[in-house]
This record gives sequence, C-alpha cells and structure tokens, in this order.
Amino acid sequence: MTSSTAIDPTAFAEWLQRVGDNAIILGHRISEWCGHAPVLEEDIALANLALDLIGQGQLWLGLAGEVEGKGRSADDLAYLRDCAAFRNILLVELPNGDFGQTLMRQFLFDSFHIELLRSLREAGDSRVRDIAAKAEKEVAYHFERSTDLVIRLGDGTAESHARMQRALDKLFRYTSEMFVDDKLDETMAEAKIAPLPSTLRPAWDRTLAHVFAQAGLTAPDEAWRQKGGKNGVHSEHLGHLLAEMQFLQRAYPGARW
Amino acid sequence: MSKQWPLWEVFIRGQHGLSHRHVGSLHAPDAEMAIRNARDVYTRRNEGVSIWVVKSLDITASAPSEKGPLFDPSSTKIYRHPSFFEIPKDVGHM
Repeated sequence: MTSSTAIDPTAFAEWLQRVGDNAIILGHRISEWCGHAPVLEEDIALANLALDLIGQGQLWLGLAGEVEGKGRSADDLAYLRDCAAFRNILLVELPNGDFGQTLMRQFLFDSFHIELLRSLREAGDSRVRDIAAKAEKEVAYHFERSTDLVIRLGDGTAESHARMQRALDKLFRYTSEMFVDDKLDETMAEAKIAPLPSTLRPAWDRTLAHVFAQAGLTAPDEAWRQKGGKNGVHSEHLGHLLAEMQFLQRAYPGARW
Repeated sequence: MSKQWPLWEVFIRGQHGLSHRHVGSLHAPDAEMAIRNARDVYTRRNEGVSIWVVKSLDITASAPSEKGPLFDPSSTKIYRHPSFFEIPKDVGHM
C-alpha cells in the first residue's frame, strides 16, 4: 500500500505543495531567461532546467491534488491559487537579477534540493518515493552544473568574482527558511514521509564550505533571516510572477491547446 | 585574448554498438563545459549514450579544392568493390 502511517490529508497535501511550489515557481523564474541568456548554450541549458522543474512541480502538485481529495488537478493548483495559497520559500520567487545572481540562487537551492530528494528515497509513501526518484536524477545534474559554474565564476575574473559575492551576500539571508522545522514538518516526520528540514542542514553546510572554498567566496553571517513563504507570507515579487504565469488561465478559463 | 569561446565539434553515439556521429558544434570555454553544453544542446530528446567533443581547430580537413586529385581516381576503379567474387554456395549469405 502507499502509506505506512495514517496522516491528515490536509497536512500531507500542504507539504506536497511546499515541495511542488518550490519547483514550479523556480521553474517559472528560470524560464524568464529563455531568449535572454548571455550565450546560446546557456539559454538552452536554462530552458532545460526550467522544464525539469516545471515537470517536477506538475508531479508534486498532481499528487497534492490527489491527496487533498477535492478534485483539484495540478493545473488547478498552479494556475488558480492566489499568492497566499502558495507555499514556496521566498528564495525561489526572487527576481533573477543578473546571471550571477540566478546561478547563485540555483546553487543554493540545488544543494538543498538534492539532499531533500535523496532523503525521500526512504519516504514511507511510494508515490513520494517515485516522484523523488525521477526528480533526483534531474536535480543531480542541476546541482553538478550550478556547482561548477559557481566555482568557475567565483574563481574567475575580478568582475565575475565580485558579482558572485554580491549575489551570495544578497541571497544568503533567504536560505535558512529551507531548514526551519515547523509543526507541519514535524507531522510529516512523525508519519515517516519526509525528513525534518533541519536534518538536511549539516550536509548542505558541508557542500557550501567545500564549494565556496574553491570559488573563493565567503558566506555572510546570518544575522537577519528572511522567511514566510512556507506559510504563504510572500514578498511582493510572487504576485508579479503569478500575474504572468497565470494570465492565460485567468483570462481564458479552461483554455486548452 | 579573444572574447569568443572556442568552437567545439560534437559527436554523439546514439546507441551502444554504433559509432559516434557528428551532430554539430557549439561554443564553450573548455572541454568539460563543452560536454555539458553538448548534453544540453544535443541530447534533449534522448539522442545519446555517449558524447565526444573536440576543438574545431584540432580537426585537419581535406581541402575542397583538392577534391579532384583525392577522390576522382577511385571512381573508375570499380574492381575495388568486392562484387566480382563468386561466393561458393556452401558459404551461404554474407
């Protein structure tokens, strides 16, 4: 059977939206580079990345709708929820900034994402395990790629180094939200479906230390932490993103290809 | 120093047992990035099991103007095709 421990479907569905919304919102952000990346090869690579993430978001949100049991599809969740119903972390909704900022955000997220997906191999729900297994292969490549580029650019020219350090200084305060445990996380951990986010932190810290040492970058102190997205408290940026992402379904409800 | 990244030729092997085939070219700062870029540009539709990249500069090509001397002489030597041998029946289909 799919689930080993009985869990409140509302809580389960909300957790799935956290995972799915991270993927779909970051996927949309990355898709904004399409046609604008610094070189053609990067443009295509970023489009692939965006499509991977949107595909993963579709699977997670599809399962969220199924678990919720109210007849909502992945599309309903992606295109018909308003800001406050989204559960993605703030990091992924931030504007792309320059190419360095986009890459740094990607690295900070990928290094967390891969740890989460690996730990979901043990998830006590086969549907979660299946989606995580598919996503893990894709994210392993995303992680490899963003790591490589962060090192190259951090350890590149004076200009590229300065841009990567600036990006890190700007984005780092948004990372702690990935590892905050709240009540919902505890419920998921008790049901043995997902790990407590805080347990992913040591591996993430090691990755960052290792990569930043090679890149010559320094993570700032986390004096000020930005969070809220996991509970639906978002920055102004998400509304603008949704206005574009959801336009078609809002203006032409039920429109199909 | 040139601001343009060097050009790389990309070869993809579609299946085990087949040879790598030239599929196109791309720009990349070094071989490792060229492989990554090739993965993203040329294997999006599950085309490959292996990628080779080689700097375009490192390929020595025959000159189109020498086409005549290089290739014409062989066009009249049909006896080089192995189609004049009688294959004994016992050998069967080759």
